[in-house]
Order: sequence, then structure tokens, then C-alpha cells
Amino acid sequence: MIAGYVMSKHPVVENNDELPAQSQLDDIVGLILAEATSQGASAADAGVSVETGLSVTVRLGEVETLEYHRDQALGVTVYFGNCKGSASTSDFNEQAVRESVQAACDIARYTSEDDCAGLADAELMAREIPDLDLYHPWGLSAEQAIDRALDCESAARELDTRITNSEGATLSSHVGLRVSGNTHGFAGGYRSSRHSVSCAVIGEQDGQMQRDYWYAAARDSGDMSSAADVGRIASERTLRRLGSRSLKTREAPVIFAAELASGLFGGFISAVRGGSQYRQSSFLLDYLGKQVFPEFMHIHEQPLLKKAMGSAPFDAEGVATRPRDLIRDGILESYVLDTYSARKLGMQTTGNAGGVHNLTIDHGPNDLRGLMKEMDTGLLVTELMGQGVNIVTGDYSRGAAGFWVEGGEIQYPVDEITIAGNLREMFLNIVDVGNDVDLRGNTRTGSVLVEKMMIAGNS
Amino acid sequence: MSTSNLDIARQQLLTPAGIGDDDLNKVLGRMLGYSVDSGDLYFQSTRLESWVLEDGIVKEGAHNIEQGAGVRAISGEKTGFAYSDEIILPALLQASTAARAIAKRGGEGQLQAWQAQEPRLLYQPIDPVTGMSASEKVGLLQQVDAEARRQDARIKQVVVSMAGVHEVVLVVSSDGTLAADVRPLVRFNVSVIAEHKGRREQGSAGGGGRSEYTFFTEEDRALGYAREAVRQALVNLEAVDAPAGPMTVVLGPGWPGVLLHEAVGHGLEGDFNRKGTSAFSGMIGQRVATSACTVVDDGTIRGRRGSLNVDDEGTESQNTVLIEKGILKGYMQDKLNARLMGVQSTGNGRRESYAHLPMPRMTNTYMLAGEHVPEEIIASVEKGLYAVNFGGGQVDITSGKFVFSASEAYLIEKGKITSPVKGATLIGNGPDVLKRVSMVGNDLELDSGIGTCGKEGQSIPVGVGQPTMRIDSLTVGGTNTE
Repeated sequence: MIAGYVMSKHPVVENNDELPAQSQLDDIVGLILAEATSQGASAADAGVSVETGLSVTVRLGEVETLEYHRDQALGVTVYFGNCKGSASTSDFNEQAVRESVQAACDIARYTSEDDCAGLADAELMAREIPDLDLYHPWGLSAEQAIDRALDCESAARELDTRITNSEGATLSSHVGLRVSGNTHGFAGGYRSSRHSVSCAVIGEQDGQMQRDYWYAAARDSGDMSSAADVGRIASERTLRRLGSRSLKTREAPVIFAAELASGLFGGFISAVRGGSQYRQSSFLLDYLGKQVFPEFMHIHEQPLLKKAMGSAPFDAEGVATRPRDLIRDGILESYVLDTYSARKLGMQTTGNAGGVHNLTIDHGPNDLRGLMKEMDTGLLVTELMGQGVNIVTGDYSRGAAGFWVEGGEIQYPVDEITIAGNLREMFLNIVDVGNDVDLRGNTRTGSVLVEKMMIAGNS
Repeated sequence: MSTSNLDIARQQLLTPAGIGDDDLNKVLGRMLGYSVDSGDLYFQSTRLESWVLEDGIVKEGAHNIEQGAGVRAISGEKTGFAYSDEIILPALLQASTAARAIAKRGGEGQLQAWQAQEPRLLYQPIDPVTGMSASEKVGLLQQVDAEARRQDARIKQVVVSMAGVHEVVLVVSSDGTLAADVRPLVRFNVSVIAEHKGRREQGSAGGGGRSEYTFFTEEDRALGYAREAVRQALVNLEAVDAPAGPMTVVLGPGWPGVLLHEAVGHGLEGDFNRKGTSAFSGMIGQRVATSACTVVDDGTIRGRRGSLNVDDEGTESQNTVLIEKGILKGYMQDKLNARLMGVQSTGNGRRESYAHLPMPRMTNTYMLAGEHVPEEIIASVEKGLYAVNFGGGQVDITSGKFVFSASEAYLIEKGKITSPVKGATLIGNGPDVLKRVSMVGNDLELDSGIGTCGKEGQSIPVGVGQPTMRIDSLTVGGTNTE
């Protein structure tokens, strides 16, 4: 702890965990829908959200920023028959609500008739809103938040003298309330929370500077690793990168560390999303029922998982979410659809308006060490850079950093390399998925071993 | 004289809530009373609309209004920040109470008398959203869709989108700054899918600037985007696997300037250098590029996407020399980092909105023209890559490693441009890459007005540009090792 920071001398606004009562937002949703109907819309959908919280950043033992957040937004989509218009605003007063509805209606007068446009079918609406245990306010004062961030950063800086600088440690804690409704009579809302502690430090050795970071994130602060652990891991990650060099261009197996592997499956989701299918913009076009991954792989969605980061009782259209398989025995069982794309494809929505919920990749018995043994010689990737993924063709080429592995053991750190391949082949060439599952985000996967990729380097 | 930006901003942001100068003084004064060194208030209102055409019909339109005020208190290196999406006095006072909580104890802050600035106008205070009727907007999208489809029978999908933003900002600071800006911004995009013999490829093109929608009908610009998107998709249908490994790379003019943005731009932002976390920290006066390279960040170009009359701290934008004939000359600064480094703000203090803190950010970053004709540069390469279009890029400020992803590139063989190759990521080291620039073209171009830069979760519009440039060695991340 770095002493000397005195906050209590002055009136301090405590972290404001207070959210409005749900009935207040229900009323706004009601007002929006009534206004849309009175302006002539045949159907409408409304969403209102409020989020509040704070974030503090400390750097080199001193507070750098203290930010109080309070964000609110409302959105409305109106349909005049099959013509659609949308509007949103941060202003909740009645006049602004009316004007936003008016703006959406004005747009709908100019958009075209589209058979597939409209609300989701009424029978698909969520009726009961299950309690998914997503709301766990932390209740930290600014002072307590600062203390934890200081703990985090000092644990990182004290680990080794090669840690010479810091980008700081940040603690952020937010709670939110989201309420939705539509003219099918659907109305639902729920509270949620999200807390995180992150740290990034810089190490120096032989004139080379490297930076790495780590973070913890959860719905419930009690489920997070301690601030000091986050700092220590950030520091270890930076230290192990010191002495990085490039590689000679070669083909080799690649392990995507768990925290990066979610990105691979993000490419899969983008390709099987309804929008990519009906726009013919997918490297997995018309792959329903076909093999995408090796036979040992299963991928499913778990929207109703208690306390999980990606859980939601209903999707962005009010459709009830439910657990379902996307990949069984490597075969694509279903696309990821909202109402519009489903209708374009002659299918039924899968409750994925707004995205997937807790995409879960089943894993084998190996941990990361086990995967490295299995790989024997190859590249362990711990950082990826750039956007070089083409969802239309599956072509994949990104900047990378990580470690060269031989005999199943890390030999030395590497950077300034690229890894390239095609996602269709990379998916089929997955050899194993580790049990080191990263639970901090919406995709729950362990590390992934891919049989081979092209690595380009400058040495 | 017509209504000034300051009048417009007061009228739109302060008058509805009856907030006067005394109230602004009161809010700032309350913060400084708690020994904060300085403080500022940032009022903002934005209106955005967008239209999307797909399958030949205009399917969607959206409209968004946001307004609010951000209150910042600075004490030494500490910043306290709070904001409100209601512009009313009680909310401002509450936010100022929260923001000043950062200050340790009694301080030196003094409220300076305001000096209103009336800066030069690089763009007119117009509202693009209201400048064209809805039916004209829809008609323009349809015309562009038809233009794309009639280019080639292999074009199977066309998505056309158009968006306009009208932003009004007012900055009041304890240092005496009182400034306003009215910022129009328009953006147009066309993306297409071409299909031939079971192979599908995409192409996309667009542009925009601080102007109104008629920008897209002038010089048939929007129709040009349609033709350009189609051309790219058809080129990609023929593309072979990209090479892998280090090689000579020639970058085309314009948007490939994203190299400069990533490789040197971010590394020269004041915050990273004050903190010593940039690979360029402490390198002022040192050689970081060959003498052919002069790089500037210029927020003063008329009508450009990255241009600003004043930045988000009320400082007039400038043309800042970053690298002059290969020597590192200066960093881009906001007020906080400038003060802590003992220099002046360069007008690069930018923020995504009232709900975000300002930081040093780029405006329009580009390299000045050199002396070579582009054909001479291509002809000088025995074997290499000619990259003319890019997706985006990313940089690790600390290690200096940066990437940018080519979306249209060709092989150069024996001084001639030959086969198109698939998209590939190029990777290099910021402090080294410009030392390998051996030829700079005389064909400086700025991009068409499409760039958005992300830093610490904040997105802002920026511009890039460069002439054709030869880099003697850069690692190309393809799959072909032949």
C-alpha cells in the first residue's frame, strides 16, 4: 500500500451503486410504445438501460484518474407494416422520448417494404424472466477502489527489478439495469453487474522494453482473483517476454492461449451468423449439417448459466434464450439467427439478436502444459495484433507474439512474427482443446492446439 | 458577421437550461476552491443519422441524439472526472463535486478571466442531417447500388450506407479558455461481394469529411466509391496466396499511410512519452527515419475528416512536424501532458464524447511528398510486394511492434507489377521501419476520409496520407514460401 492519499478530508461522492427502480424504466418503455402506436406505427420495440459505476486508475503508486460513470440510453424501432425505422437518445424526458419516436417514424416513411422485417413471432417471447444471479454490486467507496488498485499495481512492481515502468492498474465496477418491451405485450428487465481489475506493466532488459497485462473480471467481486494476484500475473507475463526475438519463416503447429482462443471461435460465429449467410459473405456458406470442426469437438450456448458474463434471459428482441448445440461431433447443427436473418433464410430465430450467450467449447483432459507436450515443437501464441481475418474467404493473417516451444517446453519468447492460414482449414486442424478455460468473457474456451500454420518472421 | 460558433453553442447547449456565465464560474470556482490546479467543462450535443441499403432496397435508418457535459478537475498528475447527460446546473454542480474528490489538499488553482476565441473556420457550421431531404438520401443510395451492380455480372451483393453527424461543443476552462466548435461529419461506404466459379471475394470503398451530403454527389464521388469497391472485389477474385517472410514492400499513396499512424503516430502521442512507455520515449532530436521522411500531424486541412477548428480542450488545431528529414522533432500534446512535459499543447487534445476524458490523439497524419515518380519506385524492385489498400492496423506502443493488414496487394517481379495476392498482415518495428524507407514518391495523397482511430476504448475520426514509398524490408504474413 502506498500511504499518503487522503480522500476523506473532503466531501466524497461514494460509488453510486444506485439504479432507478425497474418500474421507472418500465414506464419509459410504456411511454415509447404508446407514443409509437399513437404516431401510427403498426408495431414497435423499445429498450431502455441505465448503467452506473466508477473506475479508478493508479500509476506508479499515485492516483491518476478517478471517473464516475452514469450512462443511460433508450432505443426504439418502429414498423409501419414492413417498413422500419430506428432512433435512440440519452435524454429520458418526455419531450425527447416523443421526438425520438417521431424521428424513427419519419425514417420508416422512407425505408422500403421488406417482407422479412418486423417483430419476432409473439409465441417466442420470454414469458418468465428467470433470475440468473447476475447482479452483485460491489459497494466500494472510491477510497477502497483506489486501495485495491494500488495493491494490484504494487504487487506487479515489487515482483522484480526488471519491472521499470507501469501503465497502471485500473479497477472498474459497474451495475446496470436493462428493460425491454414490444407491442406483442412483451416486457422484461433485469439488473446485472460487472467488475474488473486490470494491470499493465513494463519490463526492461538489454535495452528492450516489453509490456504485458492481465485482468480479472466477474459479475460478483467474490468470484475474482485478488487484486494482488492480477498484478503479480501481469508482471510475470511482462517478464517472460523480455528477450523476445523474431523467428525464421516456417510452418509449425500453433497453440492459441485460452485468452486468445475466444477470437478463433469469434471467427466461427461471424461466419455462421444469419447476416453473413444471407449476404453470402461467409467462408462457411451453406455449411448447415456439414463438418466444420473435427469429430471430437462440441460447441454449445448456455445463456441461462448463473452468474456468467454472457448470460441473458432474453435476447435483444425479447425472444426467450435457451441452451442449444451449435456444433455436435464437429458438425454444424444450427446458424446464429435473429428474426430478420432467420426469415431471410426461411428459418426460425435462435434467440441470438444481439449475439451469442456463453459460447462454450467442450475441452479434453489436458492443461496448457499437456497441450505443449502434445505439440512438442511449435509456437505458443499469447498475443495477437491487427484485424487480418476475412470472414468471406476465411483467410487469416495476424501479427503475433508468444513463445517458441521445443520438447514440450518453452525455449524463448518471440515477437514481430505473423501467423497465417485459412480458418476453414485451421478449424478442421484443431488437435486438442485444453481444460484451462477462461471464464472472464462471453466465450468459454481453453487453449487450442492447431496442427499447422504458416509463421512469417524476419530472421 | 454571421452567427459565430460560440453563439451557436451557447444557444444550443446553455440557453435551454438557463445556464449563464455566472453559473459556469460557480461550477469551476467550486472545484478550484478545493485546491484543484485547473478544471474544465465540456458541453456537447451530437445528432447522428444513418441509412443502409441492402438487396437493392433501403432497409434501415437510424437517428441518435446525445447531449451532456463532462467536468474535469486536475491536480498535479491526477484527474477527477464526472459527467452528466443532463445539462442543468444541479447536475453540473454534482459532477464538479465528484470530480474534485481527486484533489489532496488546498491548492493553487486560479480562475482566469475567459478569453473567447474566434478561430478560423476549416469547415462550415452546417447540419448535414437536415441538408438533404430523406427522399434524396434514399435516391442517392439506390443510384449507387445500381452503379455497382451494372459494373459486372459477377457482383452478387451490394451494401451501401451513408451517415451524417452534427456535433456542437463548448469548452470552458479555468485557464481562461472559452471556445466552441460546430462540426459536421459525413461518411459513405459501399461494400460488394463478387462471385465467380464458386469463389467469393469482397471489395469496399468509401469516403467523407467535414462537409454535407452533397459532398458525395459532387464529382460523382459516391458513384466512384461503387466502381472502386467493384474493382477491388474483381481483383481479389484473381488473387493468389500472399508470400511469407521479409521482403521489399512498396506502399501505394493515400490510405496506406495507416502505416505512419501505427508505426510512428501513436508512439509520438504525448501521454505515452511523458510516462516513458513508448518505444520513442526520450528520442527527440534523434534519427528515427531516413532523410527522405518528413511526417506531420495536421488538423488544419480544410474539410478533412480528421480536421478540427479547435480541439476538445479549446486549443486551435495545428500543423505539427513530428519527423523532419528523418529527425524526431516533436510529440502531439493535450494540455495535461504538455504541462507535465513543460511544453505547449499542440491542439491534439481529443475525446470521443463528454463522457470520456481527453487524451493526445492524432488528427490527419501524413508524410510529405518526395522526389521520385511512382513508376521509378516500382521499377527499382527486383522482387517484392506492392500494397495499395489496407484494412486497419494496430501497434504495441512499448515494444514498437506494429501491424497493418493489406486488402489489395500485388507481387512485384523484375520491376513490374504482376499477380494480385490475397490479403496479408505486414508486421514491423516502429522505430526501425522508417529507417528502411529508401524512396519516397512525388504523389502525396490523403485518404478519402474513412479512418477511425481507437485508443483506450475511445473512437475518433482521423485522416492519414502518404506518397508512394519503398521500404527495403518488412515482414509479410502470407502463406506462400516459394
